[in-house]
Amino acid sequence: MSSILERRLLARDHGAGFVQKLWQIPWLFVLLLCAVAGVGYVALYSAGGGDPNLYANRHGLRFAFALVIMLGLAFVDVRWIARAAPFGYALGLALLVLVAVAGQVGGGAQRWINLGFMQLQPSELMKVMLVLVLAWWFHRASHARMGNPLFLIPPLFLVLVPVVLIYKQPNLGTSLIVLALGGVMFFASGVRWWKFAAVGALLAAAAPLVYTNLREYQRARILTFLDPESDPLGAGYNIIQSKIALGSGGIWGKGFLQGTQGHLNFLPEKQTDFIFTMIAEEFGLVGALGTLGLLLLVVGFCLLVALRCRHQFGRLLALGLGANFFFYVFVNVAMVTGGIPVGGVPLPLISHGGSAMLTTMLGFGLLLSAWVHRDLEFGVARD
Amino acid sequence: MRWPWRRREKGGLAGFSMRGIKRDEEQRRAAFTRRALLLGGVQLGAFAFLGSRLYALQVEQGERFATLAEENRLSVRLLPPPRGRVLDRNGHVVAGNRLNWRALLVAEQTADVEATLANFSQIVPLTEAEIARVVRETRRRRRFVPLTVREFLTWEEMARIEVNAPVLPGILIDVGTTRIYPEAEHLAHIVGYVAPPSEADMDGDPLLQLPGIRVGRAGIERHHEPALRGRAGAVQVEVNAVGRVIRELDRREGAAGADVEITIDTELQKAVRARCEEGTSVVLMDARNGEVLAMGSQPSFDPNLFNSGISTAQWREWTEGRATPLINKATNGLYAPGSTFKMVVALAALEARVTTPFERIFCPGHLDFGGHRFHCWNRFGHGQVDMRTSVKVSCDVYYYEIARRVGMDRIAAMARRFGMGVPLPIELPGTRSGLVPTRAWREARGQRWSPGDTVVHGIGQGFYQLTPLSLAVMTVRLASGRAVQPHLTRAIGGRPAPGAGAEDWPSLGIPEGHLRQMRDAMWSVVNEQGGTAWSSRDLGGFGQMAGKTGTTQVRRVSREQRERGFDVRNMPREWRPHALFVGYAPAQNPRFAVSVVVEHGTSGSGAAAPLARDVLRDAFERFGAGVETPRVARLRGGE
Repeated sequence: MSSILERRLLARDHGAGFVQKLWQIPWLFVLLLCAVAGVGYVALYSAGGGDPNLYANRHGLRFAFALVIMLGLAFVDVRWIARAAPFGYALGLALLVLVAVAGQVGGGAQRWINLGFMQLQPSELMKVMLVLVLAWWFHRASHARMGNPLFLIPPLFLVLVPVVLIYKQPNLGTSLIVLALGGVMFFASGVRWWKFAAVGALLAAAAPLVYTNLREYQRARILTFLDPESDPLGAGYNIIQSKIALGSGGIWGKGFLQGTQGHLNFLPEKQTDFIFTMIAEEFGLVGALGTLGLLLLVVGFCLLVALRCRHQFGRLLALGLGANFFFYVFVNVAMVTGGIPVGGVPLPLISHGGSAMLTTMLGFGLLLSAWVHRDLEFGVARD
Repeated sequence: MRWPWRRREKGGLAGFSMRGIKRDEEQRRAAFTRRALLLGGVQLGAFAFLGSRLYALQVEQGERFATLAEENRLSVRLLPPPRGRVLDRNGHVVAGNRLNWRALLVAEQTADVEATLANFSQIVPLTEAEIARVVRETRRRRRFVPLTVREFLTWEEMARIEVNAPVLPGILIDVGTTRIYPEAEHLAHIVGYVAPPSEADMDGDPLLQLPGIRVGRAGIERHHEPALRGRAGAVQVEVNAVGRVIRELDRREGAAGADVEITIDTELQKAVRARCEEGTSVVLMDARNGEVLAMGSQPSFDPNLFNSGISTAQWREWTEGRATPLINKATNGLYAPGSTFKMVVALAALEARVTTPFERIFCPGHLDFGGHRFHCWNRFGHGQVDMRTSVKVSCDVYYYEIARRVGMDRIAAMARRFGMGVPLPIELPGTRSGLVPTRAWREARGQRWSPGDTVVHGIGQGFYQLTPLSLAVMTVRLASGRAVQPHLTRAIGGRPAPGAGAEDWPSLGIPEGHLRQMRDAMWSVVNEQGGTAWSSRDLGGFGQMAGKTGTTQVRRVSREQRERGFDVRNMPREWRPHALFVGYAPAQNPRFAVSVVVEHGTSGSGAAAPLARDVLRDAFERFGAGVETPRVARLRGGE
């Protein structure tokens, strides 16, 4: 009986050749990504003070490069991707360990690996790889099986090991995001509600303990968040200046290249973490909401893919990648509007910087593959 | 329980009904869809939250932020807290603050820093170096941090700057405070001084970036820097294009630096210093609790000069000349203790049970040992000498002999218990610990410790390097029997510092009988005919003093000189021996302890003992005799 089903699935798969797949690629979504990257180009042009060579051109080049990788991945059979997931995860983990060791040798914090043409932050890559490996793991779980607590122990380690490694870098913000990402994956794969409640209660109880173990600058960030004016010259300076820049943009903004806060260098790191501030100052509420709208569409498409996939792997993968993108956007924008502590999280596809761009686009490549092969049924749940 | 992640069998689907699998798959999909939609809702909500934040910032508060940003009007200024004062034990200010009018430059408020400075220079002349310094600092610091252009402006200069404000964008007049030391050189070594912070001082406190800020560089100013500095307040202000404050937006008060009360009595300190000549150092302590009442070191310097910056010539004079006014000889001068060390040797011998107080040792005027002849200061000899007499007449041969018996390491251990050769926790940074040599110390330098070395060290000569402060500590400990530590802090911010009571200090652990033996011997030095300080016995009706003289050679006396009967008065001054005296009073109920070192003073009994007596007399006159009931006596109980 099984062989009949499998044969039917195989037949459907074999029918999908290159041309069919090409038609299956959601070109509107690709266009959407180009639009987001275009916003980034414009903002970086302004951040460079009207000099495209400073940030904007490199940003465009990187995007073009990443776009090719993404489209290439769209043709890869999603079953291959599922099979490769653990290896991808292992690679991500190895890179994390590598920076940890290199950091120890070099002394001080080390978060990236020099690839020659760009700096790769393994923690960024890890986000995608974590989603991938968890989708692979939970793909095999029937609804009934999800009730077995022992089944949840290995994926728990899959999440916690990179979280600890990233925390030790030290990069509290990213490690928390990775943790949240793991939580989303667990939730989406059907882990029972009460388990989340139990973990949540445990975390609330442990919070004071964690706080005492934080590093001095991490604690300063939390305190500054709670009261930015407490340190107006130090850590609070960025938030205060960012809020002024945002607020002064008003509804219509000061106009392209007219932002004063950014161009007078009051705004720190305007090309990376604070690029959204730049947009909001020059294009106002309209521009800021427009940008947010584009980003929301990206997240929405991920959800769409998740709902349309016939296989659990694709569903989880799409949902996880959407959550990853969402976390980037939410943390970054909340950060620049003074909503959460400053944490060095870029705005994906818009901020200047290679790691986030490349890993985001890598993720979208996987997403497209899941979309292209969405009707494939494979690895039906057992147990 | 079976490991759930292990595949049951290769076949996979065998044994399961297709329908069951499908039902489960549908269940799973339905659960996923529910949860995915829930997550999607949360994400949408989060985006709505971001949108509302943007709306709040850009529309509701947009106007406010627009005014702040439009011409960059928001400026955060730190409010320097007044530095804490230093008071003496009577509340008299020995380090205070006075107003100082300054011209400041805020780089972000001028288009051209150099042009502004050039204009300024025509009104109040600046040197090339001053301009270069300001320009350099504008590059180093944040552009809104005001930099000092010129300090200590006169009224006339201020008026001229105010009138010319239009051509001086970025220049503001500000009143700050500057440190003032009313007692100038009298307390310089104790209170220390302040100076502008160097790069090394930048400890992350934003206060240190402020113009005109000073940090403690020496003495109490440095030791109590955290307490004295206080915490910066901050004020957010709106300023117009030329830097005038339009209004204050928010204000956060800092905390003023705490006042520090020290144990010094200024009047006594002045009296003591008046008695000191160049090269003399005196430490006067409360014999009950280790409070330092006065500490004289000649020569001294005026710490007020550091405020406006010291000229190179002045600095060179202070640091390169023969007299070293910046160095506090009481805590940093290193001397051999000479005969003032003999009590320690005697106590070590008593503890090691190598002698008794009653044993008599014959002094023929010299001791032959190991092929050397060690001379007593009295070349005719002292005859039969017991322990009490040995202190009283300061017989050297007696100590050669018992030092030989007890050994250097036990002497050194005893010395350390008396605070010699160990770090003392006095609040004067840079205080030297000094050195009491041991066998191991010598061998670590690749040399051998011969028994003859021990003999020499028995009379306080040799490799010792001790500060007058540690000699005073020894005296206090002899007088009190407690491990009293010297200290200068009475209170910080009104809160009393610990250590004011004798009971705060633990016992030295030396048998009271041994100590009494020493105190009696030290009493005889001053109050019995034939004692080396007999001529300094008159305390002027304030009771009796106990003490010990010391004379330390700075040059070897050759046999030839000795045979000729040399006279130190014929020697050049810098060859003459140092004179030392340690003592306390009243002998029966110690209240004050003193140590005196007179460089090249020739003899302890001739130069140091009279000075110590005068200092103690000053102390009694200042504090009154026996007005307070000394706590030490009460605690000692059975005596």
